Amino acid sequence: MSKALLYDSTLCIGCKQCEQACATQNKLPYNDNIAAEEKQSEHKYTAVLTRGDKFMRRLCMHCEHPACASVCPVGAFHKTKEGPVVYDVWKCIGCRYCMAACAFSQPKYEWGSLNPRVRKCIMCPERVVAGQQTACAEICPTGATKFGDREDLVREAQERIRQNPSTYLNRIYGLHEVGGTCVLILAGVKVEDFGYPASEKIGDTPMPEYTGRVMDRVPDFIPLWSVVLGGIYWISHRRQEVAAAEAEEKKNGSAR
Amino acid sequence: MKYKLTFWRVVFLVIMALGLYSTYVRYLHGLGAVSNMSDQFPWGFWIGFDCLCGVMLAAGGFCMVGAVYLFNVQSLHSVVRPAVLTAFLGYLLFIVGLLFDLGRPWFIWHQLIYMNPHSVMFEVGMCVMTYTTVLFFEFLPNVFERFNLKGPIKWIHKFYPILIVLGILLSTLHQSSLGSLYLIMPSKLHPFWYSPALPFFFFGSAVAVGLAMTIFESTQSAKALGRHLELSVLVRLGGALLVALWVNALLRFEDYFHRGMLREILKPSYEAYFLWLELALSFVIPITLLSFKKVRLSPGGLYLSSIVCLFGFITNRLNVSLIGFETYVGHHYMPKWTEFSVTLMIVAMGFFLFALAVKHLPIFPAEEHSPQHLARQATMMPATPVLEHAGD
Repeated sequence: MSKALLYDSTLCIGCKQCEQACATQNKLPYNDNIAAEEKQSEHKYTAVLTRGDKFMRRLCMHCEHPACASVCPVGAFHKTKEGPVVYDVWKCIGCRYCMAACAFSQPKYEWGSLNPRVRKCIMCPERVVAGQQTACAEICPTGATKFGDREDLVREAQERIRQNPSTYLNRIYGLHEVGGTCVLILAGVKVEDFGYPASEKIGDTPMPEYTGRVMDRVPDFIPLWSVVLGGIYWISHRRQEVAAAEAEEKKNGSAR
Repeated sequence: MKYKLTFWRVVFLVIMALGLYSTYVRYLHGLGAVSNMSDQFPWGFWIGFDCLCGVMLAAGGFCMVGAVYLFNVQSLHSVVRPAVLTAFLGYLLFIVGLLFDLGRPWFIWHQLIYMNPHSVMFEVGMCVMTYTTVLFFEFLPNVFERFNLKGPIKWIHKFYPILIVLGILLSTLHQSSLGSLYLIMPSKLHPFWYSPALPFFFFGSAVAVGLAMTIFESTQSAKALGRHLELSVLVRLGGALLVALWVNALLRFEDYFHRGMLREILKPSYEAYFLWLELALSFVIPITLLSFKKVRLSPGGLYLSSIVCLFGFITNRLNVSLIGFETYVGHHYMPKWTEFSVTLMIVAMGFFLFALAVKHLPIFPAEEHSPQHLARQATMMPATPVLEHAGD
């Protein structure tokens, strides 16, 4: 069963301890200046955004059908059965198709490096495999970020909305978006105001299907098109041969 | 032999010097220092121009090989070699461009061992790699003839049918797949350019550009080499170009009509201006020009129409890859001068290598000039246009 994170922005107090725990876990630098940066970058996998008294966390959504994994020519990304979408840096050739393809614009790049890597939240895969929760969920003092089985978390989120319909918007962001994600978001405000793409814009179709529709045809297209091309070649050259043979015959005939 | 410093040689040297400086910045300070690419704009001018436009402009190779060897249109024989040369150089330089753009170019060979068959990029990569090899073999006879190696020529002629079919198959696949690359970005690419039909547009326009590019390069090299140009060849290409442009234009119209965008594209907006520019240059102006018999039968008119059309489709590729993302990202992307200078250097290298090859290899066959050949050419003057399958 796939693990997931439920982020309830109404419980978040903006303490940014998740940012710090994430940095420690992933050996990233962290200080007051980085804490003040309100955007994700190659050294900040998750960011807590503030708008007035509302907070919102941003991190990789760990899609059930990740675009990054499907577009990577060398398969440097893959979805683990536990849920996290992880990255094998030693495969990466740096084409950045993952960055272009991600609907949530999550992969970030080490633009200043001479051997750059793609950076994003990988949902603490070692911890998850070992049965622990992610660093951010573990440290969260209010339970705003909660780790668990995806199905349980979906049920819990629905329950929270049912019990406090005035607190929450009636939606779980990530439940159906792009075919479902392993980060689920509950909020009293629109997540779109914090830079998340609108649900109706990204749709419920798993991203890999957009290119899959074309790629699935390729294995059939290759033999078919080869035969057509070969056929055209044969016919057009056969015509020439026949014309030459007829001319020859005519010549021979008239000479006789 | 004295080396004269002409105007164009000075330009070439300046471009190379600036390009080498940018190369130094690229490999010693990284992508961030050399380009204005960012996390919001992970693909910049190098993908838009060097890759998308580069491959498109090299389409003349497969178009001419297809016309002459596949459809056996012998009257176009004289333009096959320059077209194949352009394509071969185009793909080599595309790979050079990739070595600049990839973050870890030293691992480019990973493509061969860590394959992901679901990835469009993987398919493009494999096709380009194989097709460049095919083009190398299609180009080899020039070298064999130059050194009068009869044996290898015979040997390579045996494989010609396979090379031809393989070359066109691979071209169909990767020319269209460059469009498929963008299919996974429906929420990011502006609806003017995002369409499920992108692979068809990319392939269709590659055929049109292949024809236009062949007109352009044969006129250009005839001028440069002071050679006589066979008008009949250009006229045929011009006719085919007109057909290809109509097919492309109808495809685009059909797509906008189908998606209910016709009203949208007429409303003035930032994207609309670029779309209008693109449509004017790629369809309206060249189709209008070529519709006049006077233009279609004059070398100057054909040359002009093909150049306008080339600019149009270059605009299209840049719109798809750059302009179409600006609204989503929320700010403009303007390439740094070093990005331009790397591209300029690569283009200059292309011109230089083309001139070098034309000078030393039998790219323009000598028999073309013999009266006997010309007479044969005249009798074979055909009536039906080729490549009607342009939009398939």
